[in-house]
Amino acid sequence: MAEITIREAITQGLAEAIETDESVFIMGEDIGEYGGAYSITKGFLEKYGAQRIKDTPISEAAFVGAGIGAAAAGLRPVVELMSMSFSLVAFDQIVNMAANLRYMSGGQIKVPMVIRAPTGAGVQLGATHSQSFETWLAEVPGIYCACPSNPHDALGLLRSSIKSDNPVIFAEHSHLYGSRGDVPDDYYEIPLGEGKVARSGEDLTMVSYGYGVHILEQAAEQMAQDGVDAEIIDLRSLSPVDYDTIVASVQKTGRAVMLDTARRTGGIMSEVVSEVQERAMDYLDGPVMRVGSKDVPWPYNRNLEQDILAQSDDVIKAARKIISF
Amino acid sequence: MDPSEKPRIATTGVVTPATPGISPEQKSTNGFDPTRSSSPSLSASIDKDELVRMYRLMLLIRRFEETCGQHYSLGNVRGFLHLYIGQEATGIGAITPLEARDYIVTHYRDHGHALARGLDTNRIMAEMFGKKTGLSKGKGGSMHIFDAAKHFMGGHAIVGAQLPLAAGIALAQQYLETDVVTMVFFGDGATNQGTFHETLNLASVWQLPIIFFMENNLYGMGSAVGRVRLQGADFSDVMGAYDVDTVSVDGMDVVAVREATQTAIDKVRAQGSPIFIEAKTFRFVGHSFADPGDQYRQKSEVEIWRRRDPLVTYPHRLLEYGLATQADLDDLSESVDAEIAAAVEFATNSPEPDLSEAFDDVYA
Repeated sequence: MAEITIREAITQGLAEAIETDESVFIMGEDIGEYGGAYSITKGFLEKYGAQRIKDTPISEAAFVGAGIGAAAAGLRPVVELMSMSFSLVAFDQIVNMAANLRYMSGGQIKVPMVIRAPTGAGVQLGATHSQSFETWLAEVPGIYCACPSNPHDALGLLRSSIKSDNPVIFAEHSHLYGSRGDVPDDYYEIPLGEGKVARSGEDLTMVSYGYGVHILEQAAEQMAQDGVDAEIIDLRSLSPVDYDTIVASVQKTGRAVMLDTARRTGGIMSEVVSEVQERAMDYLDGPVMRVGSKDVPWPYNRNLEQDILAQSDDVIKAARKIISF
Repeated sequence: MDPSEKPRIATTGVVTPATPGISPEQKSTNGFDPTRSSSPSLSASIDKDELVRMYRLMLLIRRFEETCGQHYSLGNVRGFLHLYIGQEATGIGAITPLEARDYIVTHYRDHGHALARGLDTNRIMAEMFGKKTGLSKGKGGSMHIFDAAKHFMGGHAIVGAQLPLAAGIALAQQYLETDVVTMVFFGDGATNQGTFHETLNLASVWQLPIIFFMENNLYGMGSAVGRVRLQGADFSDVMGAYDVDTVSVDGMDVVAVREATQTAIDKVRAQGSPIFIEAKTFRFVGHSFADPGDQYRQKSEVEIWRRRDPLVTYPHRLLEYGLATQADLDDLSESVDAEIAAAVEFATNSPEPDLSEAFDDVYA
């Protein structure tokens, strides 16, 4: 067992894949000589060479598309986008190509490819660099989507993602790269689509993923002081969503708050709320609450941005509407 | 006014006259003198049987497409249907010199390429009919023909989106150190997509073993290339912009296309660097079956091109040079008709996919 950061966990997962599978290579903007915008691949070019570590031009559509083609031809590319916001430039390739190729070829083509990208707001990058399109991509059939909240899950999910024969969007919240946690020495994987009860509780179910799990932990600690015992479920994968774990928890607690750090409208939690109401209505003591960041573009000013971002206070406020404390 | 006559405004604010563009007549003929070259070339480097086989394949495409049109009218083929009629010499000339290990990626006007590659006629037709026995089990349709075993990697319906995919397949060959060539087809319309620039740059920077095969049929749907591209139908700027070898060939001359392509394939295979081929061609029919094709081009323009119809000129040449007799050609025509009839019968008699199959093949 070692305590490492999420950044180190992802670096370890990538290095491991490069060293154990000759079909794995990494490409993206400034991942080689520069070492990656978030230093994930620092030293990789020197260690693994230019064949495995490919710097690309600033051509997201072309290099994401090239990753898809390489995957279709038998390799396992891990493509890094410098920001999830930049996925928009490659959206046609991701959605029309990566996600659809298998289906529209009647199962003839497989696309074993991972697209990694830092995501999320909160560091004053303004409207074009702060968006969380993993929630859009999670809706697209044919691709999976993972979003870890801690180093243990980051490593386990990355291993499964690289081994998957499907395209996987791997969303890394940029706030969390320095977040620390224990990682076992023995090899393990975390299957895509398997959520986790991150904290057990009896009174209230709270669901999120990635950075949202940290917000929920803050909220849960504060509520505990008021005698509310909240359960936290970490989705870990946005596609597929582990509804069984969520529904089982809601059946136990009878109350639920769902948190998206992305914009509230059209986020993955809109889906989760809907599914939970359909599957656990008889167990509910109140409406399923949905908390998210506010539905405006991301502002640069720190005070404005923090106000737009979903915070633990918003979670607590939502919880108070369905439970007295 | 012809758009090429529009004055261009320089950033300094000085109005400069446009560079002399291609004339409307040149535009309509794609640079050819229509009174010339009514006869395609023949070649001693291709054996007689192969020359005849190339004709059979062109005829197979023509009849396949005509049959698809009939079955569209009958309601058996639905969705968008883009016919390859007129461009047969280009597809056959480009694809027949490829080896089985080479890859093909193409656009949505893909039936001709699929037939040229030797995909099963029955299963292509069944895909057109949306049947379970189609190459994509009825889930792809006309624009999405795939046969991975034959390295035929689609059938892509977003203009230009197939270019990065093909670059990735070529990248995989470079990575795996094979001598496999990837050929990607696109039209003149795709050259205005960002992916065209991005992929040519990428292929050149990375020296990928890929052939960019442009089928310049002069129209991106209803837009004449001269109306929507600064350099009009002249693609000689590509070489300078991307440092990629370029070849321009008469796309109505199947042997010329084949020889130019063979040379390009040999070069890419040996050197592992990209080549850009432009085949000047023309579709005799509309963009899709819904388009009569007469709103944006003159009947006379279509007529000029029809005079160069490879399905007329090429067999004439075969006869002239004694490479086939009329009886040979009649037999061949009959065998093509039989093959198409069998494909229609196969498609008609094939079952619809089970409704449960909608949920298959989403994930591996």
